[in-house]
This record gives sequence, structure tokens and C-alpha cells, in this order.
Amino acid sequence: MAIYINENTPILIQGFTGRIGTFHAQEIIDYGSNVVGGVTPGKGGTEHIGRPVFNTVKGAVEETGAEASIVFVPPPFAGDAIMEAADAGIKYCVCITDGIPTQDMIRVKRYMRRYKKANRMRLTGPNCAGTISPGKAMLGIMPGHIYAEGRIGIIGRSGTLGYEAAEQMKHLGIGISTSVGIGGDPINGSSFRDILEDFENDPETDAVLMIGEIGGPQEVEAGEYARDHMTKPVAAYIAGLSAPKGRRMGHAGAIVSGVGESAAEKVAILEKCGVTIVPTPSSMGETIAAMMKK
Amino acid sequence: MDIHEYQAKELLAKFGVPIARGGLAYSPEQASYRANELGGDVWVAKAQIHSGARGKAGGVVVCRSAEELSEAASRLLGKRLVTTQTGPKGKLVSRLYIEEGTDIDKELYLSFVMDRASERIVVVSSAQGGMDIEEVAEKDPDAVKNTAVDPAVGMQPFQAREVAFSLGLDSGLISKFERAIMGCYRAFRDLDATMLEINPLVITKDRNIIALDAKMSFDDNALYRRPQISELRDKSQEDPRETYASDRGLSYVGLDGDIGCIVNGAGLAMATLDMIKLAGGEPANFLDIGGGASPERVQKSFKAVLKDKNVKALLINVFAGINRCDWVAQGVVEAVKDLDIKHPLVVRLSGTNVEEGNKIIAESGLPIITADTLKDAAEKAVAAAKQA
Repeated sequence: MAIYINENTPILIQGFTGRIGTFHAQEIIDYGSNVVGGVTPGKGGTEHIGRPVFNTVKGAVEETGAEASIVFVPPPFAGDAIMEAADAGIKYCVCITDGIPTQDMIRVKRYMRRYKKANRMRLTGPNCAGTISPGKAMLGIMPGHIYAEGRIGIIGRSGTLGYEAAEQMKHLGIGISTSVGIGGDPINGSSFRDILEDFENDPETDAVLMIGEIGGPQEVEAGEYARDHMTKPVAAYIAGLSAPKGRRMGHAGAIVSGVGESAAEKVAILEKCGVTIVPTPSSMGETIAAMMKK
Repeated sequence: MDIHEYQAKELLAKFGVPIARGGLAYSPEQASYRANELGGDVWVAKAQIHSGARGKAGGVVVCRSAEELSEAASRLLGKRLVTTQTGPKGKLVSRLYIEEGTDIDKELYLSFVMDRASERIVVVSSAQGGMDIEEVAEKDPDAVKNTAVDPAVGMQPFQAREVAFSLGLDSGLISKFERAIMGCYRAFRDLDATMLEINPLVITKDRNIIALDAKMSFDDNALYRRPQISELRDKSQEDPRETYASDRGLSYVGLDGDIGCIVNGAGLAMATLDMIKLAGGEPANFLDIGGGASPERVQKSFKAVLKDKNVKALLINVFAGINRCDWVAQGVVEAVKDLDIKHPLVVRLSGTNVEEGNKIIAESGLPIITADTLKDAAEKAVAAAKQA
């Protein structure tokens, strides 16, 4: 089953005909994902890499029954594209775009709250590598071949560090049910906690690895959720032990600006919540392997 | 992006926030001239650097004569001011803001922040102005009031009044305060700020409200639509290593160690620094080369990292996803030859075509040390830096 996407999920590409959209759309198709079309305003009615192009998301959903979308739209227009997907009834949206203004994301999140929780689109990202259910479907820009099929869920704020985790696990023969990138921005579509809840309810996931970093409250919130509501084991690595306070470490959201936001503080709190701590970034695979033997 | 106090005040004044009169001075003579221009008999010379806590560091001087002002100016200008926020190197004072003296009756605290938990702009206020707000919040949480703004409608006047009454303002000051706080909110929203702090916001003896200090930061992701803010950038306040890198589109943070790092992806870059520390070394920088790791960006990254003369060894850690390791390896080999790099260099590649990538490096004839895992790479880099 995995979460959010599988081999049958009908997928739309937003920002389909641009250079980046085209390249990654082809990779997504080649992985075997069920891409039913794309959206580029003004190019509706044409065909691009063998799939129909639509002017609006609503039009595309009506014609194709699309349920998931991936956004490759440039930063000034990406917030608008996400809201268009939410309004058109898309159920799951991944936003890859890096560089969306924070106030745009605040507006997007507020806009999405107008829908009842049952009909509300699940958004992950922006500024992420996307989501993959290995062997089933890929809705992202990751190298699909490093993910083995299996029963561990991954949630991460970083793209390449998530690849590192997947590869370490593959070397040890451990596979992944779904890997979800929630992105490195300060305001994101879904938090660690949101995704943990869906993994807890997924019969094909046995345990979860969280890959967090400095800045923001989401890792701590997830630790408390795991302590109070989860039956499945959770492990976590927090990047940025050596990061100085008040400096932005690449990701717009990776900055220690208050109490509880440093890597050391997060590790201490997660440990208290019963989360298994991954001590070094090179032992993500080993830690999961040891945790699963218990 | 950060700006200076005088720049923040100029911006806020345009939104109707009352400020004290003042002007810039680049020399002691100009400082005296400003005093003459402003009139009165008390002036404050304020060092313009991108840092808070300037007062405690001697960067804010109250002067009662033109001579005192000139003296303070010659003491401050051209020096580096070290505050609790600047780090030990401090920041260069190249301009002063000379402000008329203000008769203070009461000091308040007011700030606007992007609150990540509520995903809203939050107004933070306290009647205990002029102090470190984090200390106030720790000692007496009830002394700090947080007010969240609904993004659908923006801040409403009733919220401003609630803040005013909670600060104990009497009725004669409420509408003045409301104008000031609404002006701050509009400035924050319309200019894509991420932080606005007025500490203190003062009530004067003649019953006016004045923003006596002002600190603002802006969302780098929104600068494309705020050219008037981009123009306020002052490179003299940045680490020159970071200016060089950011001008070339690289995400770089200067640190104090001796291992220069080039990594793709912010999370993996942070993890690499952590691994170096765990292996007993000290990273010289954070550098995210970006997803591509193209030969051109590899060259730029080498140049940026080697601007730092403390660097003794280099570590490249690239997880090639869509790009292949063989392509990245070729870029690295070319860069090492073109730039004639003599530093010990550890390269760790993983991902697509890793064997081909390592083969290209092995066959290049260059003394590049290859590593298989993150741990292996960090340990080899630390050993190389210790020997160098």
C-alpha cells in the first residue's frame, strides 16, 4: 500500500513543459509512475513527451482523473500553482520549487484550511526532493534506483541526506515503503508529525526514520507525537550539531533562532520521548538494522 | 538579509511609525555638523553595525556637547565593535547615526516575527522594554504577550488596541500607539520582513511614542520583488568569504576550522560538518554546491573555499543522483588541474555510477584521496589536515 502514491496513482506535472519540468517528468515516467498529463497555462490542447497538456489543473483533473501532482513552477508563481491544485481537488501534491517567499507559503497554508480536513490536499515540500514508494511510483527528483523496496518509512527535510540514508539501508538489505521529503523551508506543507501519523496507519510500514535538522519546532512536536500515539518504532538523526547559533545553514529554515531549536537540544528531547537516536550520519542504516532486530 | 538601524527607521517612517530626528555621519566633523543641524543640547551617537546589544558594547554614546560628539565619533569610526552577537572579530563601524536626545518616560518592547509553529506573523510585546526579551520571557513569561495575525485578513486595529491596553498605556496614547503598531505591521508585510524589533519603543515625557531603536531582517527568497531592500545591503558587515561565495550563487557559511568542505545539498553538508567534528576535526566552512555539482560550480566552490587561508585540507562529498559520479569526478579532476590545487584533497562520491567516478579519480594521476563512506571521508580529511 505505501502512503500517498502507488503504481496506480494518476499523476499530473505542474510546470510540465519547462526545461526542469520536462527533464524530471521523463524520469518520473521512466520509473513507471502513472503520469496522465501536465499543466502549462497557454499550452493546453498540445502534447508533450507523449502526454496531454492542459491549461488549468481543474481541466486536467476533469479529463484525466488525476489525484496527485508535482510542482516545478518557478518561485514567484509556485504558491499560486499549489493553491490551484488544492482547489482542483488534487489529493496529494509535492512542491519541488526552492525559493518561495515565506509570506506566500503562509497564504498557501491559510488557503488550504478553507477545505474540510477530509477533502484537504496533503502538501509536502516546498524545497524538497519529493516522495517515492519504491517499486511503485516516484513523485520527485531523486535517483529512484538507490531505494530498495521494503517496510521502513523515511521522512526528511533534506534531499541528499535522504539519499544517503536510502543507500546505507540498501547496502544492509533494508528496503523502504515510502520516503517523503518535507523540505527545508521554514513554513512547509506537512510536518514530521503529519507524516508519522500516516505511517503509523500504513499496514506496509513497520518503522520510521526521521531525518531532521536545526531550526523550528517540528522535530520536537514529532517526538511528542511518537511518544503519545505511535506503536511503531521511530529513529531520528538531527543534522547540524556543529552549526553556530543564528546562522542560516543553506536551507531557509535551518537556523537556530530560539530555545529548543539546536541539534543538541532536539536530540535530548527526542531521546526523552523514546525515539532511537542515530548518533552519526554514517550510521543511519546500522541504527535501523539494530532497531529492527529488537 | 539584515539592514542597519537608520535604514530600518527610514523604512518605518514611510509607514507612519514615529522616529526621532537624526542623520548619518561618516567623520567626526560630520557628527558635529549633524548636532548643529539637529539643534538641542543632547545627542546620541549610534554605531551602525548589523548587530544588537550595541549599547552594552559601547556603541551607543550620549553626548552633551559638539566636542563630546566629535570625540565619540573619532573613537568609534573605523573600529570594529565587538558585541555579544558579532563573534570575537566584531563588525566594522563605518558610519554613525546621530540622533536628537529623547526624554524618556517609559520603555516598551515590540517585535514582529514569523512564527513557524503557528505559521503566522506574531506580534511580541512587553512593558519591560530595553532589556533582552529572551531573558524577560524566561524570568516572567506573563510579562510577554504574543498576538497572532490571521493571514486571511491581516492585523486588525482591535488587536493593536489590545496590545496597547495590555502594556498599560493610558487612553490618551492609545490611538498614537495603534498608528505605530499598524505601521510596523504594514512595513513587515509589504516589505517581506522576517523580523522587526523595536527595543525600546518609548513613551516620551511630552507623551509621544517613538521607535528609539529598530532592527529588521528580510526574507532572502522575496528579495526578487523587493529591489528597494536589496539596495540596502552593506557588504562591509558580512564575512568577506561569504560575500565572495554568495556573489557567485553558492550557499556558504564561514566557520573557524581548517577543513574546507564542498558538499551537495544543505542537509548532507551539515551532516558532513558533524562527521568531521565527530572525527576530531574542525570544519572551515559550510558549502552547499547545489544539486548539479557541474564542473563550473566545482571550480567556483574550490575558489570560494580556498579564499580562507586557514584551510589545510579539502573534503568533497557529493551524492550524485540525477547527475552521475563519473561526470562529477571529471569536473573535480579538471578543477584540481586548472586551479593547481596543492592542498590534500579527500573525495567521497556516492550514488549513480560511483565505480566509474572513483576510477576516473584513480586514473587521473593526481594525489587525490578517495573515500567510500561519510565516516571514512571525514576521518581521512581530519588526518590530512593534522599532517598538513
